[in-house]
Amino acid sequence: MSASEYVPARSGLAKRFRLNLSRKERRNLLLGLAFISPWIFGFLAFMVYPIYVSLRLSFSRYSGFGEPIWIGLENYRTLLGDGLFWQSLYNTLYYTALAVPMGVVASMIIALAMNQPVREVSIYRTILYLPSVLPIFALAFIFVWLMNPRYGLLNFILVQLGLPSINWLGDPAWAKFSIVLLAQLGAGQVALIYLAGLRAIPRDLYDAAKLDGAGVWRQFWHITLPLMTPVILYSVILGLTLGLQVFVQAYIMTEGGPNNSTLFYVYYLYQNGFQYSQMGYASAMAWVLFVISLILAMLVFRWSRRWVHYELS
Amino acid sequence: MAAKAVSAFKRPDDVRHRQARRQRHYRWFREKVLPRLVLIFMCLLFVTPLYWMVVTALKPTAELTTFPPTLWPEQFRWSNFSEAVNFIPFWRYLANTSIITFFTVLGAVISNPIIAYGFSRIEWPGRDTVFYFVIATIFIPFPVLMVALFDIFARLGWVNTFLPLIVPMFFGNAFWIFLMRQFMMQIPHEISDAARVDGANEFQIFVWIILPLCKPAIAVVAIFAAVTAWNDFLGPLIYLQDESMYTLAIGLQFFRSLYDVEFNLLMAASTLVVLPVVVIFLAFQRFFIEGISLGSVK
Repeated sequence: MSASEYVPARSGLAKRFRLNLSRKERRNLLLGLAFISPWIFGFLAFMVYPIYVSLRLSFSRYSGFGEPIWIGLENYRTLLGDGLFWQSLYNTLYYTALAVPMGVVASMIIALAMNQPVREVSIYRTILYLPSVLPIFALAFIFVWLMNPRYGLLNFILVQLGLPSINWLGDPAWAKFSIVLLAQLGAGQVALIYLAGLRAIPRDLYDAAKLDGAGVWRQFWHITLPLMTPVILYSVILGLTLGLQVFVQAYIMTEGGPNNSTLFYVYYLYQNGFQYSQMGYASAMAWVLFVISLILAMLVFRWSRRWVHYELS
Repeated sequence: MAAKAVSAFKRPDDVRHRQARRQRHYRWFREKVLPRLVLIFMCLLFVTPLYWMVVTALKPTAELTTFPPTLWPEQFRWSNFSEAVNFIPFWRYLANTSIITFFTVLGAVISNPIIAYGFSRIEWPGRDTVFYFVIATIFIPFPVLMVALFDIFARLGWVNTFLPLIVPMFFGNAFWIFLMRQFMMQIPHEISDAARVDGANEFQIFVWIILPLCKPAIAVVAIFAAVTAWNDFLGPLIYLQDESMYTLAIGLQFFRSLYDVEFNLLMAASTLVVLPVVVIFLAFQRFFIEGISLGSVK
């Protein structure tokens, strides 16, 4: 900014917060803050304040009525000895560890296929994207029926193929996997994001590789995949956040069963907060989830330094 | 590698031709046939749940328990739809869902452009740092906040009203702010500068110049907001306790509470709930795809 625009601050308070801003900068700062003020308010009221409230509640016994009673670290101590807490944490991590890699592979296959010169590709794109905009509760109901052990279409197909039928939602060994399968209906959306990434890879890289005699497989392994790693990282982080929140499917399809095999973390949190009236305990669970999400996201970011390539971007 | 190439040149013509033809065939298979096979197979998998929903919705109850299941209804029972609608207070729930959806869209369309304008069309110190906070909030899971939010709204007396679902929508949503900002950044700055020279203030520039240019992005946000509100399950589950306040998402639960679920009725009701989303999606496909690509390019 030019020197002529620099106006020294007048009052003592202004001097304290002067930060060497020119008049134009200060005007823009106020304008900018005015425009984003709805977000600032929403952020404070619906994000920061609830986080503070849940921290306070996590140190209290609170049924939702009356005033919370301060009990210190009691809730956290109870959590450590709560078998269902550990079970729900295990279920959620198991689900996430299965659903995220499966999603990456499925989406990548779809995106690669869409990137080939197939004329009617927009039809496939539409069909494959459609399930990702549908309400998850409706898809869950449909899956309950598809996976019905006696009359379901899925077991009918298995039997036709000469395979044994599966008690999808009634068998603890299969219930989590059934919900992972349902999650794969969202692969079309991630595939579209991958497709945008594939289109951004310069053609001449492939031409050069072809001249050097690299086959399709080597082109994929040495050009496509490395250059797609930033997009893959994005989808992994997103999948991780969504995976840790998995709830509705289990609520509708299995009610947490059989044998608590689909009692996911958020489900148990929901039960404590809204069915058992233990809002303090649920808040402690919320905080643990918050910390786990942060740690996992950080681990993925750190791990990503080993496999994400940013050279071309 | 080089030695191989030389030896290939020395081969008789017919061998070379055969090789070239085989290569052409291989390429044709790899680029035209294989992708189609993969895509068609995936499409079949992805369409099956929807197909099964509609087919089941049309079957009479006796046909549900036949084995093997009929892939096409032997008998069409259209009355499933009227029965399903009468089984739950369908119109009431439709009205509730529509009200919430309408105000969600309204809130999203008003707040997000204003906020995005502050993050894209005005240069102010610290802007990009604050924007990182906006992005970071995407990664705070709603379940982390829901108990505390419920308590806060309960103290305000908002539980069992639509307010907890609607009011936050008027204060922006990180993902939609991001989308709008991406779009606004593409608009040349000269347009705003010219208006400033003509004496327009920032708010006038926003309303009269930038907003009209942002119609496509606003459409994207409106459609996403509508689908999000229509599909929401956890929010209504927590905040709406009185049966008369339920949305369609929660209302469908009533079909499950029967001792023996009548899947044809449940699927008929599900079809009715899903139908508007499918119609909106097919009608505004372009906007969905644009939203995804706007969101994925950084």
